[in-house]
Amino acid sequence: MSQPSIAIGPKTAEPFQWKRFFSLDNRYIAPAFITCILIVGQISFGFLESYKKTGIAIAVSLVSELILARIFTGKWPNLASAYITGISVGILVRSPAIWPYVVCALISIMSKYVLRIKGRHIWNPSNFGISVLLFLAPETVAGLSIQWGNYLLPMLVIWVLGSVIIARLHRFNITGTYVACFSIFAFLRSYITGSPWQSEVAPLTGPMYQLFIFFMITDPKTTVRSKFWQCVVVAVVALVETILRLEHVVYAPFYALFLVGPAALLVEMWFDSRRTVPARVTA
Amino acid sequence: MKPGIAARIIVAIIFGGLVLSPLIIKRFAARQGETKTKLDSQTALARHGFYLQEVSRAAGVNFEHEAPTLDPRLGHIMPQVASMGASVSIVDFDHDRWPDIYVTSSKEGAKNALYRNMHDGTFKDVAEEMGIADVNRAGTGVSMGAVWGDYDNDGFEDLLLIKWGKPELFHNDAGHGFTRVTEQVGLPPWINANTALWFDYDGDGLLDLFIGGYYSEDVDLWHLASTKMMPDSFEYAKNGGRKYLFHNLGNGKFEEVSEKVGINSRRWALASTAGDLRGTGHPDLFIANDYGVSELYFNDGKRFHEVGEQTGVGFAPKSGMNASFGDILNQGRYAVYVSNISEEGVLIQGNNLWMPKEGSSGDKLQFENLARDFGVEIGGWSFGAQFGDLNNDGNLDLYLTNGYVSLDRNRSYWYDFSKIAGGHSTIINDAKNWPAMEGRSLSGYQTKHVWLNDGSGKFVDVAQAVGVTDTFDGRAVALADLWNRGVLDVIVANERGPLLIYKNTVTPENKWIEFELEGTKSNRSAIGAQVTLFWNGQKQAQEVSGGSGFAAQNQRRLHFGLGKSPQIEKAEIRWPSGKIQVVENPAANQIHAVKEPL
Repeated sequence: MSQPSIAIGPKTAEPFQWKRFFSLDNRYIAPAFITCILIVGQISFGFLESYKKTGIAIAVSLVSELILARIFTGKWPNLASAYITGISVGILVRSPAIWPYVVCALISIMSKYVLRIKGRHIWNPSNFGISVLLFLAPETVAGLSIQWGNYLLPMLVIWVLGSVIIARLHRFNITGTYVACFSIFAFLRSYITGSPWQSEVAPLTGPMYQLFIFFMITDPKTTVRSKFWQCVVVAVVALVETILRLEHVVYAPFYALFLVGPAALLVEMWFDSRRTVPARVTA
Repeated sequence: MKPGIAARIIVAIIFGGLVLSPLIIKRFAARQGETKTKLDSQTALARHGFYLQEVSRAAGVNFEHEAPTLDPRLGHIMPQVASMGASVSIVDFDHDRWPDIYVTSSKEGAKNALYRNMHDGTFKDVAEEMGIADVNRAGTGVSMGAVWGDYDNDGFEDLLLIKWGKPELFHNDAGHGFTRVTEQVGLPPWINANTALWFDYDGDGLLDLFIGGYYSEDVDLWHLASTKMMPDSFEYAKNGGRKYLFHNLGNGKFEEVSEKVGINSRRWALASTAGDLRGTGHPDLFIANDYGVSELYFNDGKRFHEVGEQTGVGFAPKSGMNASFGDILNQGRYAVYVSNISEEGVLIQGNNLWMPKEGSSGDKLQFENLARDFGVEIGGWSFGAQFGDLNNDGNLDLYLTNGYVSLDRNRSYWYDFSKIAGGHSTIINDAKNWPAMEGRSLSGYQTKHVWLNDGSGKFVDVAQAVGVTDTFDGRAVALADLWNRGVLDVIVANERGPLLIYKNTVTPENKWIEFELEGTKSNRSAIGAQVTLFWNGQKQAQEVSGGSGFAAQNQRRLHFGLGKSPQIEKAEIRWPSGKIQVVENPAANQIHAVKEPL
């Protein structure tokens, strides 16, 4: 996951210093929110595999981001994105071993610098890292597949807070479209397979999906620009997920985004290149 | 070459290596972990010091566990709900010094069996004539497990039978038969229990009784008032059965005191065991819970204090299905083994080997999970496990059985299971929301694990090599020297499967010693008595247990392997009464009967 913060408005003079102090820059909203999820989850029902593993994932993400950004750009990076990646890996990866947290965090951050086309990384970092690990190390690694304990309240808090924050970042269209499509496809799957509809909707109520819909699919760096096409792409993600689910793929959402996300970006780049080439010719 | 390009190439190479690293780690781990090939008996004997041979039929044991048929509204998921009940407990019920075997079945109307040891390598089922066979009558529930203890100190082990239904206590009438005393002693009318154990928690010389509920006790699984009886969370469920602690009053009656002494939990208990983890002389209580964290209760002799989180064992919720203690590093301290679920590609909980942390002791005792470091972490859908020195080399080994529901080999229920497991409590709690199993397997046909301990913290799986090749849905494991040969045989109860008896053959170079204890001031079964054996400059502690593993009880006699040329210094016996007895230079290759001095 990366930070969903592209809508930084024009700078205006702050009338009071204290107000500036307490108002949160958009870049830090997502990290603050995911930290809230972590704290609420941990305090309400002991959500983490261990503090140590989550701490390691965060530390590896931050350090690797610092080193790689320094090597590749010569600058010190803003660490908000790496922090989100690390915390996501720490929450979403479930393994009794420590190495998956290290490797997943490293792969996620490095993918941003290695897997680039025309200067853009095309996979959401944590989606890439987690998908690779789930696919290549199934005997050691699983994904988060539990509930918000027995309580409705933490889940509602996350949903409401997440929606407000995502709306402030002008990306609720993505989350909303995905949830709507998932729900429709859940009933379709229930109709096709004969499973109770509740069991098809069930995954959406777990914390894994809350991280997925608020952080992964909304990542500004790896989504297309147009709001309309963002909705189309995320609908395709839900569709591919449904196809994978009908094939009984447990981690269908991760794999669906892994497949569809980069494809959508490549299509967008291709369209961009077709628009710019004639312009250059006429110039 | 520009520095930027060189850096990119180096980073790309490292990246590629990292992406491939899981495959490299997998290959390396596969080479290290286990011996997969079945060896002939002589090679196994030479290489590992023992081999196991399944002899149940030859020994006259032809017992097949049958599962119950519950409320029709559970029909779509019946195989996974009606998935427990195969249990085994070892007892010398007739006091002839030869271990006998009691096994349970769980089909309505099916008979349990008591296999009397005939001293000639065979067993004979005498449950019917003893009056403890026909215990699964419709309307009373079905058997889930049994533990033996001499609650009235008359010298004969009595039988507690737990059920999804009415728990039963049978008094042993001097080995000639059993009298049902359930009502007299005051057991409740219905508990959906999967674990129980005898222990003398207050040291008054009378065995008390712990029973752990799984489903809530107000659920009749044959006549459901509601289908909302499933756990309300896959990892944080607290809507299970209550816990019971029955204090033995000594007049043939028990008083339920759980709440009074600090045991108040509604987690889904599947396994429990007790032992003196802190050297206080009081047995502490460990409960492995399904759908949640384990619980550890420190016992001060009067009250219990839940210290799961404080000690580290109650932090990460898993699917606890086993609890057994073992001094695996010969340091006089017990490790705790808790089994969980690991299914490749779906759920990797890993089993827990809780080792006491260096430098922590007493009330500050803490544990760390070293299952991965010791090589006993991944065991499939694990169930019962027991520590015992299978090759008499002086180190406790670990036998683990596993496998949940073996139906269609080619179709798995795991996808649907993972889907519902991630849902909110209102969804997972209602059985009608669970997708139908439709004959699919759920972690079925799994190979077992026999982990051999090298004494330095490494276990190697030799199951296939030494002859453990079955793939039944294993539940309970018990260890006993069935034929008084100085070796531990393995008895395994399988769900919807046969009772297996693995007869052990151990290299004669490795010596052994066994202690058969009898309490006088302490409870006569000597449950809770600890023997610390000192030999060849090392020591190993073992404790007589009133129930351990999953739905199992080992023989009460304590077995120590000694390795080659042992020089035994002494055996120090700490009785539950607090009395310390030292047996100087006990001879190897003998069973020592020791009575608590008055």
